[in-house]
Amino acid sequence: MTVMETSTTLDELDVLDIVDAESRPAPRLRVENLRVAFPNRAGPHQVVGGVSFDLARGECVAIVGESGSGKSVTARSLVGLTGRDAVVEADRLELHGRDTRTLSPRQWRHLRGKEVGFILQDALVSLDPLRAVGVEISEALRLHGWGNRASRATRVLELLTRVGVPLPGLRARQRPDQLSGGLRQRALIASAIALDPDVVIADEPTTALDVTVQAQVLDQLEAMKERGASVILISHDLAVVARLADHILVMRDGEVLEQGPAAQVLGAPRHEYTRTLIAAVPSDRTRGTSLSGVALPEQIAAPAARGTVLEARGLVKRFLTPDGLSTVAVDDVSFDLVAGETLGIVGESGSGKSTTARLALALSELDGGEVRLLGQPWSAIPERKRRRLRRRISVVYQDPLSSFDPRWTVERILLDALPADTARAARLPRVRELLAQVGLGEEALSRFPLTLSGGQRQRVAIARALAPRPAVIVLDEAVSALDVTIQAQILDLLVALQRSEGLSYLFISHDLGVISHLSDRVLVMKDGVVVESGPPDDIFLRPRHPYTQELVASIPDFDPKGIS
Amino acid sequence: MTALRPSVIDAPRVALTKRPWSLYLSIGLLAFLAVAAVAPNLLAPYGPTAIDYDSALQPPSFLHLFGTDESGRDLYSRVIHGTSQSLLIGIGAAFVSLVLAVILGALAALSVKPVAILVDRSVEILFAFPALLLALLLIAITGPSAWTQVFAVGLGTAPGYARMVRGQILAAKNSGYVEAATALGHSRGRILHEHILPNALRPLVAVFALSIGQSIVWASGLSFLGLGVAPPSPEWGALLDAGRAYVTQASWLLLFPGLVIVALALSATSIGRHLQFYLEKGRRT
Repeated sequence: MTVMETSTTLDELDVLDIVDAESRPAPRLRVENLRVAFPNRAGPHQVVGGVSFDLARGECVAIVGESGSGKSVTARSLVGLTGRDAVVEADRLELHGRDTRTLSPRQWRHLRGKEVGFILQDALVSLDPLRAVGVEISEALRLHGWGNRASRATRVLELLTRVGVPLPGLRARQRPDQLSGGLRQRALIASAIALDPDVVIADEPTTALDVTVQAQVLDQLEAMKERGASVILISHDLAVVARLADHILVMRDGEVLEQGPAAQVLGAPRHEYTRTLIAAVPSDRTRGTSLSGVALPEQIAAPAARGTVLEARGLVKRFLTPDGLSTVAVDDVSFDLVAGETLGIVGESGSGKSTTARLALALSELDGGEVRLLGQPWSAIPERKRRRLRRRISVVYQDPLSSFDPRWTVERILLDALPADTARAARLPRVRELLAQVGLGEEALSRFPLTLSGGQRQRVAIARALAPRPAVIVLDEAVSALDVTIQAQILDLLVALQRSEGLSYLFISHDLGVISHLSDRVLVMKDGVVVESGPPDDIFLRPRHPYTQELVASIPDFDPKGIS
Repeated sequence: MTALRPSVIDAPRVALTKRPWSLYLSIGLLAFLAVAAVAPNLLAPYGPTAIDYDSALQPPSFLHLFGTDESGRDLYSRVIHGTSQSLLIGIGAAFVSLVLAVILGALAALSVKPVAILVDRSVEILFAFPALLLALLLIAITGPSAWTQVFAVGLGTAPGYARMVRGQILAAKNSGYVEAATALGHSRGRILHEHILPNALRPLVAVFALSIGQSIVWASGLSFLGLGVAPPSPEWGALLDAGRAYVTQASWLLLFPGLVIVALALSATSIGRHLQFYLEKGRRT
């Protein structure tokens, strides 16, 4: 292995080279000083500056970074998919010893699939919606002149079986929209490895997948690695990377900040940014500590209310499906949210957790059961009476942008959220105070949310939720769309606000790490039912229900201290 | 360890997109026509009905830019004098159409279910008739005049816009910001007034401009068929109708009014599109 160690001394490099030259064959992929630029009006804009690594048989190199780091562009430039405008330069770019810098698009088409497989993030847009997945995979074989019709059909079934698709005969005849997210992603992997390419590039292959499905996809990639394939894994998720990677490149703003063996990068990171990234990963080990390095207030304020602030008993919600049948989205769900605490509801897509959030907010009519807020009837009273009480419970959504009126500035959004009885003279000072509480400056007042970054928008959403001085805030996947370092800042902000304002949180998330970091009690939901509930230590260390056990086992284990 | 640090907000990016020449041309033409509508005598060298039999059916020349008609009237002057009427019919029809559309669309999107279904079905039935047929029906009942033309064209084009308004209001009603406002405890009236109507109706400004162009074409079509303003009037559709008889000898009588109608429709459409783009730019994600 001769990954270019940016910070190793010359002597160390020499030693490594000698060892490698004797014991290893030439790498399958050799990248030296790869640079990618896109021209814009001001001249060429460099988005990747100087990426170098080698990839050998059975090895996995991971490129880690947040959005805009240039990791995906790097991956695409390795398979000639950067687009016509991009200027790709490199001192060396070799696949199986062959220079790929001068390949024409036609030559690339011949290589892709056969020698390099490319797995994209979103299988729904990457697969042809009008074709059965079996036809799609078989097409990949046919284009490269593989076998005849009958042998290709057999091969499709063999591939689907290999990537862990149950009932391959049935699945091969189905279109992408008829398959679940996990099956789609596996079908995409099957088409990428149809011709047994010995280099596979996976760009965020498990993002947007449920954690149990993610575990299955990672198993497939691991199996491919064991069969001798070389894998390039692009991801923002250190836990995913930790499971597969032998070598890791950490990128930010197009620059490689650090690279080296996985154990060293994760266990003893040299660059400040890598340390920030690692520290930002939430888990049950980080509970009560800061993820972004800010000081959390020690002083814990008295809760804004006492006792049980939000009480749900036997909640039932049914929906009508298009074919007139009724499905139960939430079935007999009960919980208590204690003042000053965080109740985490965790579940995969379709588990009914977001419906539960809407029921708790009384934004959706119940089909059974009751919600009480601060000991008073909440779901049982008419909306007209509820309006006065609504200021006691507020909400933060996953996508803050769509929850803001696009015509309104931050100032108007926050003024609008103040209680009606706020004195006129006190309104603007209160808005400034709210902005300061969420760590935004006054210059944000005149901005439209569209011109703010994702983290800043979520801060505005939190400020709006704080404006009526609520006792309870419902956070529905509130940090799920954020980059990991931004997520860490928002999670720290939430903890700080909880301590200083005595807030209670109902925190909904699919992310077990976030849930275990934040929650005082956890509710695990599956198919509309609560399968297990209890303190996080019981749920994550001693799960009793088989589904909880499966969930917990699916979390890619990420303990930076345990790696080194 | 730092205290909760304010995150830095960069200065808003000012987009200085180049305005294409088509927009300037459109604005120029509309400005010219606006002057023609308000003060036609500034632009027209002759009166609209100044008859001069000696120069009947003259082809275009420097003396008569668009040529003359069978009575020797200067066509260019007649087009200029007809502008106010044509524009008023177009704007009036677009206005009638949008008012109807907003009423019907809002009823379909916001009222209680039985009413909404009734309105929905009625609009769909209207939608099933070609717009021209609806217009003809109205004119057949009331007889041709400038006013019936306005209402006929307005009624004919309203169903399409009503569907659009309904969709806009429904989208706003189901949006995240309306749910957020509900969660803040705002009343239905306040949400309707502050969020749903402004967001749903803002795009209509652009649609209005688009619809003026369309209405002028429809109205001219009706005049051409003899179902609008009658010939001695210099209204553009009426000019077309009058020129029809001479199409083989004096094709300019059809050509120039036709070109002016096309140019105005294109300008209104072009401005409408730019307006639409400008208004929607702020809400792209």
